[in-house]
Amino acid sequence: MTETEQYNFAYLDEQTKRMIRRTLLKALAIPGYQVPFASREMPMPYGWGTGGVQVTAAVLTPADSLKVIDQGADDTTNAVSIRKFFEKTAGVATTTRTGEASVIQTRHRIPEAPLGEGQILVYQVPIPEPLRFLEPRETETRKMHALEEYGLMHVKLYEDIARHGEIATAYAYPVRVEGRYVMDPSPIPKFDNPKMEMAAIQLFGAGREQRIYALPPYSRVVSLDFEDHPFEATKADHPCALCGAEGSYLDEVIVDDAGGRMFVCSDTDFCAGRRAAGHVGKEGGA
Amino acid sequence: MSVQDPSQGCCKAAPLLAVRGVSKTYGGRVGCADVSFDLYPGEVMGIVGESGSGKSTLLNCLAGQMAPDAGEVIFDTRGAGPVDTLRMSEPERRMLARTDWAFVHQNPRDGLRMGVSAGGNVGERLMAVGARHYGDIRAQALDWLDRVEIAADRIDDRPSAFSGGMQQRLQIARNLVTGPRLVFMDEPTGGLDVSVQARLLDLMRGLVRGMGLSAIVVTHDLAVVRLLADRLMVMKGGRVVESGLTDQVLDDPQHGYTQLLVSSVLQV
Repeated sequence: MTETEQYNFAYLDEQTKRMIRRTLLKALAIPGYQVPFASREMPMPYGWGTGGVQVTAAVLTPADSLKVIDQGADDTTNAVSIRKFFEKTAGVATTTRTGEASVIQTRHRIPEAPLGEGQILVYQVPIPEPLRFLEPRETETRKMHALEEYGLMHVKLYEDIARHGEIATAYAYPVRVEGRYVMDPSPIPKFDNPKMEMAAIQLFGAGREQRIYALPPYSRVVSLDFEDHPFEATKADHPCALCGAEGSYLDEVIVDDAGGRMFVCSDTDFCAGRRAAGHVGKEGGA
Repeated sequence: MSVQDPSQGCCKAAPLLAVRGVSKTYGGRVGCADVSFDLYPGEVMGIVGESGSGKSTLLNCLAGQMAPDAGEVIFDTRGAGPVDTLRMSEPERRMLARTDWAFVHQNPRDGLRMGVSAGGNVGERLMAVGARHYGDIRAQALDWLDRVEIAADRIDDRPSAFSGGMQQRLQIARNLVTGPRLVFMDEPTGGLDVSVQARLLDLMRGLVRGMGLSAIVVTHDLAVVRLLADRLMVMKGGRVVESGLTDQVLDDPQHGYTQLLVSSVLQV
């Protein structure tokens, strides 16, 4: 018996997957609404993507090709361990190429390459409730969602402008979905917010908080703002040092203890693809 | 439907708030029993009584924060005319509570967001009803801070950095910014020292008269109602034992309990 056969396909038992799929259908039917689900204990700590892993396990089929990214990178701890987890428990093909993956589990980024119909993007969500730090009572926030009382969300943005002169929220930037629910897009940089209107299905899983929400393809997703302080998708004002890309989201990497630093694409697959196609940044020669 | 009580003999046609037979019991204990009155536009009603007499229960029932067991609270809404607020849907009642109504708590910590700056506190109600222009919200917040005598340079400070009197004035500004027509006040001057109380009362009297607000003020402090209220209700054991014009009730109390209350005021 091989290792894969010792597990049910994709680790979770069929009844659990069924329960999660029902939750996913409900979440897709009400875009942006947080649907409670009976989150399971997973063989990894909370905060490592237990919600995303359960969603991925529920949507995977043996024919799928899985890509896992952590802050855009395919080779960081979280991404590697989750990819290995599904290689072992589901035996599905894995890839690092965005275009070839049918299911992409992500932590805190949306890939640079546009996703197409037929692809599924699964987010790992630490805190699904956008109003959490403004109104700590869950009973009250549920009521506020139900009655569309979202003025408080703007109080947070007001505070940002009053204190910093601009909307300083740079990640987990609140969005309004289809003119109805205000949603926390998980801690993706606000640079990625405009990309959320996409052709792929987006599923959000929060394991510890036991909530799943979703965006069907081509949902209208509007980032909240003020008329005189409009939303801006910001990034570091540099080209990528390796591939020279001007329009991709960048990580700042400190390279020595003398203040040296470089800016590189946070999406490693995007960067590698560009370098393979012959694009070279100013430090990408070697 | 027009509710009118001829016994009040008021000149105005329809009351802003008509309360009919409001009762609330806590198990076997009576919170308030069979309270009825009319409040006319621009009028300030004082409710006095000792601790446990049912004043706050009554106020919470009227303001929709507690569901009474029986009775009607009919509010003359801007759009639909007189409506029983107890039978409204919750979204409507909550909308009313952040537009036409205001509630000033005894403890400003209950009415303010302590983690949000003064400007954000004042602006919250504006944003809750759809204001989305930062500059306008900020300008209105500044205007209101000025009206309640808070210096403009404190706009970005949190209420936790304010004195008790300033917190209470900020709470009033936050409530009045949307131009409500009816203000519920629960012991608005409780816990403040007398000089701050006097200043706050003076400010509130100016605002209430200037904006033509109607208000229901619950207090155990007879000096507060003497200054603010046009009419007075005296409560004891959940029932209204005496009501009438403020000066009339305080200068010539008829009911034994009112006489006791008036004679209990300490003279300096």
